[in-house]
Amino acid sequence: MTSIPRRVFLKVGGGVAASVAIGVPEFTQAAISPPVIEGRVNLPYPMKAITNAQKLQVNIPVLFFYPDAASPCALIKMGAPVPGGVGPERDIVAYSTLCTHMGCPVAYDAGQKLFKCPCHFSIFDPENIGQMVSGQATENLPSIVLEYTPQDDSVRAVAVEGLIYGRQSNLL
Amino acid sequence: MATNKDRVALPPPGAQKTNLTCHFCIVGCGYHVYKWPENQEGGRAPDENALGLDFRKQLPPLAVIMTPAMQNTIIDKDGRRYNVMIVPDKLCDVNKGLSSTRGGQLAKVMYTADGVGKDRLRSPRIYMADQWLDTSWDDALALYAGVTKKILDNDGPAELAFDCFDHGGAGGGFENTWGTGKLMFTALKTPLVRIHNRPAYNSECHATREMGIGELNNSYEDAELADVIVAIGCNSYETQTNYFLAHWVPNLQGQTVDKRKRRFPGETVAPAKVIFVDPRRTPTIAVAEQAAGKDNVLHLDIEPGTDIALFNGLLTYVVEQEWHDKQFISAHTKGFDQALQANRLSLEETSRITGVPVDKLKLAAEWAYKPKASGHRPHTMHAYEKGIIWGNDNYLIQSALVDLVLATNNVGRRGTGVVRMGGHQEGYTRPPYPGTTKIYVDQEIINGKGMMYTAWGANPFQTTLNAEQHRTVILKRANIVREAMANVRGGSTAQRVDAIYDAVKNKGGLFLVNINLYPTKLAEAAHVMLPAAHPGEVNLTSMNGERRMRLSQKFTDPPGSAKADCLIAAAIANTLRQMYTVEGKHDMAARFTGFDWKTEEDAFNDGFRMAGQPGADPIDSQGGTTGNLVTYERLQAMGNNGVQLPAKEYRDGKLIGTEMLYTDYKFDTPDGKAEFKPATWPGLPKPVAEQKEKHPFWINNGRINEVWQTLYHDQYNSFVQRRVPMAYLEINPDDALALTIASGDVVEVFNDYGSSFALAYLEPDIKRNQTFMQFGHFNGVMGDLTTPWTDRNVVPYYKGTWASIRRIGTVEAFKETISFKSRRFKT
Repeated sequence: MTSIPRRVFLKVGGGVAASVAIGVPEFTQAAISPPVIEGRVNLPYPMKAITNAQKLQVNIPVLFFYPDAASPCALIKMGAPVPGGVGPERDIVAYSTLCTHMGCPVAYDAGQKLFKCPCHFSIFDPENIGQMVSGQATENLPSIVLEYTPQDDSVRAVAVEGLIYGRQSNLL
Repeated sequence: MATNKDRVALPPPGAQKTNLTCHFCIVGCGYHVYKWPENQEGGRAPDENALGLDFRKQLPPLAVIMTPAMQNTIIDKDGRRYNVMIVPDKLCDVNKGLSSTRGGQLAKVMYTADGVGKDRLRSPRIYMADQWLDTSWDDALALYAGVTKKILDNDGPAELAFDCFDHGGAGGGFENTWGTGKLMFTALKTPLVRIHNRPAYNSECHATREMGIGELNNSYEDAELADVIVAIGCNSYETQTNYFLAHWVPNLQGQTVDKRKRRFPGETVAPAKVIFVDPRRTPTIAVAEQAAGKDNVLHLDIEPGTDIALFNGLLTYVVEQEWHDKQFISAHTKGFDQALQANRLSLEETSRITGVPVDKLKLAAEWAYKPKASGHRPHTMHAYEKGIIWGNDNYLIQSALVDLVLATNNVGRRGTGVVRMGGHQEGYTRPPYPGTTKIYVDQEIINGKGMMYTAWGANPFQTTLNAEQHRTVILKRANIVREAMANVRGGSTAQRVDAIYDAVKNKGGLFLVNINLYPTKLAEAAHVMLPAAHPGEVNLTSMNGERRMRLSQKFTDPPGSAKADCLIAAAIANTLRQMYTVEGKHDMAARFTGFDWKTEEDAFNDGFRMAGQPGADPIDSQGGTTGNLVTYERLQAMGNNGVQLPAKEYRDGKLIGTEMLYTDYKFDTPDGKAEFKPATWPGLPKPVAEQKEKHPFWINNGRINEVWQTLYHDQYNSFVQRRVPMAYLEINPDDALALTIASGDVVEVFNDYGSSFALAYLEPDIKRNQTFMQFGHFNGVMGDLTTPWTDRNVVPYYKGTWASIRRIGTVEAFKETISFKSRRFKT
């Protein structure tokens, strides 16, 4: 397969009833890259505000880009505590939406609460660290590490666990 | 480097680049191995890295597959550290740049001291007192050969049992099947041999071969050319993944319509339809519906074990409709009338037995066998695998299927073929088996026969049938030897050999040797373990399901003193030759000559390339009599596309192979005519029917995508282990409710033959009173539940057993770390 079949894009765009169109971010804020610190092991990921927790609706994903504008991600309030979840209910998680296998955009199936890749049919579970439920990937979906600040109810992206598709490093 | 794997090192432009065929499933996807010193890295600009890709910006979808699992840092024997990256070959005709979840981890499973391979066997080991003692090859071989010789001299070769791989891929290869075969059959001459996945030395495809049709008779391209694919007992999205994704799916999506129009001018051509024959709604069926649309997918969800009735009913109906090819039958086959009479079954009776409505049966026959609008006979490819091979009477199902295929002329034409899909890769080259009957080796062992048992790249504890009894007896017999060995305190190897011989000769003991990459579950019983190697650590050749042979090139060293199996076989033979020479028994020493190999290539040249050559002893080889055309050098030049066997000629620097067999309708029978075989529907075998009577649940079973066979690598792979730490059991939610079972509960599955354990996985697509259990797992052995019944050729009915289920309890860690959402792609 050398190209994504046209129907794949239709589906990703919300053409299939069971797929939920991924919304645009509530507000965006310029990403701030901390300076590189000598001796660090971790990449200097930017900190980026995504939304306020109280604005999130259960099981409706919010699209954002992190750590840069070329990396689409989805943030979802799952409705019950999940591993890695943040926020008052510890149920907010976020993932890169590029399939770790070959980078096709995964579609969110709100009925099953799963991310699905239309190219080679891999399935990932946002309620379980992006675990590959079935499919051809060798990695789970990269998790966007989130921080929640109770004082202002903000949810911020602060790092990525796992390699985003199509990159040598998560920071271009 | 950070531990969260958010970056990889790129191969620099000068990195060493070699070819590697994935050593897991039959498909054999082509990969490139890049290797370069650890302290060097390629840059992000396209001219700064060996992949030629621009990593300064986000790559678009489908541009590359390059994940952290595809990279590792290894250490060669000289102590130098290298990065390796193993990525799929975009120009390989097999996978077209795709990687599976298994092959995508080829780099990850390479040996490192703290990685997936950390528990690899690195030295020979002997079980002494209460521990595994690492030792030298000389010491281990003296013991192995000493016991072997004593038994051979006193009791004859038939007491030397082997359970040995006979394939390509990891632990296999034409080199290693030849090396082990020459040791077992030419040197030792033992008939007490079984194959890694079944209890005798037999074929999985006796019937089709006797009918004149080898089981790998088309090319993967034929799936792109077919009008209809009939997929029988094969779950190809999970078990032949990139064959399915790179060749079936494009045809199902209509992407090959133009190609088919060019190949078959004047014929009606539409996107392919697919018919699945499987009691279970598999993940493949769900994916096929996505790819082809539900209207182009037909699922014949037969009652378990009723395949013969299905094919007989279809044959009867097809002939009634006169959709059979009378001219072909008359000119190129024999036995049609007798088979038709024996197989005759009305659609009504077929429906009653299989549970499939008559209308659905008629629709399937129309799709697959009714002439097209253009008047041409449809190109219908029949693909089958373990649902048939491990089905209710392997011999009869294959007979009934191939009868239907022959009647409708669906072999030897492009876009057709009646082919097994395959499990592992192939790589058979051996001297003829030195026996006249098929010995049910498991029963011999259970009955106290055999004194020494060498498990070679095989793990019967996790994979055989009637496994509980088999394992119980082996552990008991092996323990007699362990006690005898423990009592030789401070003794020499000769004294140890005497003690072992006394235990196996007079006390019912069994001396067990495990030759493998890992200790495996057999370490519980073994006395000696010898470390083997896999592709990449050694040079190996194998062929895939379209007979495509490639050379996997060595790019590093095996861990410790591990060796290729052919060189282990040679070391054993050479030790025995030396022992007999010292004794002056030159006739016996002569049997162990011809093993003076230094490399895998020496074994290749001695076996594969000698088949059919003047003056050579008889050799059964998948390379046929033209294997001599193939050399390592020529094969290496052919890269990941290799050559499809049999090789026809070497011309202009290229090996020319064979894409499809039987295009001339000359079949593999003495007179060249394909032979129909009578295959009357027999019902369920008695031991199976008895279990069905007593226990409510059918325990269907098989491999799943994420796991390769016995998990020999995967049990140390955290990506796989978090997903399947235990064999799972898919069960219908209503059945689960009745038993108060929830997803993630540990359950006991039991019947009259054994008891096993599994992780419940509720799945609405599983029918009531049916289940699907992951096979081969070390944590939950499905084979414990299988009856000892086999067909006439000692081929098991692994898929056919019934059992009861009870809830044991909940493991919180499993519930928290495993997703129990449906593995089937649904919209």
